[in-house]
Amino acid sequence: MMTTEAIEAILVQKFPDASIGVMDMTGTADHFEVRISWNGFRGKSLIEQHQMIQDTLKPQLEDGAIHALKIKTIVPAAV
Amino acid sequence: MSDVLEKIKSEIGSNKVVLFMKGTPQAPQCGFSAATVQILNAFNRPFKGIDILANPDIRATLPQYSNWPTFPQLFINGKLIGGCDIVHELKDSGELKQLLDEAFGAA
Repeated sequence: MMTTEAIEAILVQKFPDASIGVMDMTGTADHFEVRISWNGFRGKSLIEQHQMIQDTLKPQLEDGAIHALKIKTIVPAAV
Repeated sequence: MSDVLEKIKSEIGSNKVVLFMKGTPQAPQCGFSAATVQILNAFNRPFKGIDILANPDIRATLPQYSNWPTFPQLFINGKLIGGCDIVHELKDSGELKQLLDEAFGAA
């Protein structure tokens, strides 16, 4: 189990300039949804974008602290 | 190289579209696999379903090979496209149709 804040802290470290939201989907602190909008996703396929998130949270996914992770990645509109 | 890795590579090399899934396309054993089959069926393109419940060696090895932890896993032209969520997103954006058209030639 983890807090959404703890997950967010890990992601912020890896993607400091991203806009990140973490939600506890079930109220059981182990099923999460991560929404992340980041310029660095530009030009990458969705699978590559999701793999970057999964790799970042790999220890928590592997030790079961995170049981399920739904990922939504967004490429910000060009300014 | 292990036999099972050889088998995986041969399947994704010899079939344009391969879905590694729980159950079969006719009888999926998991909601995410069923939803992905449903999306693929709507395109009327042939795909090969491989039941990982009946092939525990593939189930154990594929996630390391593809760097993707869960099933289903969709491959088009030998490349990992995604699981249920991504396939759904790519269907909505039109990219899935594009990938299938590229694989088979435009319908």
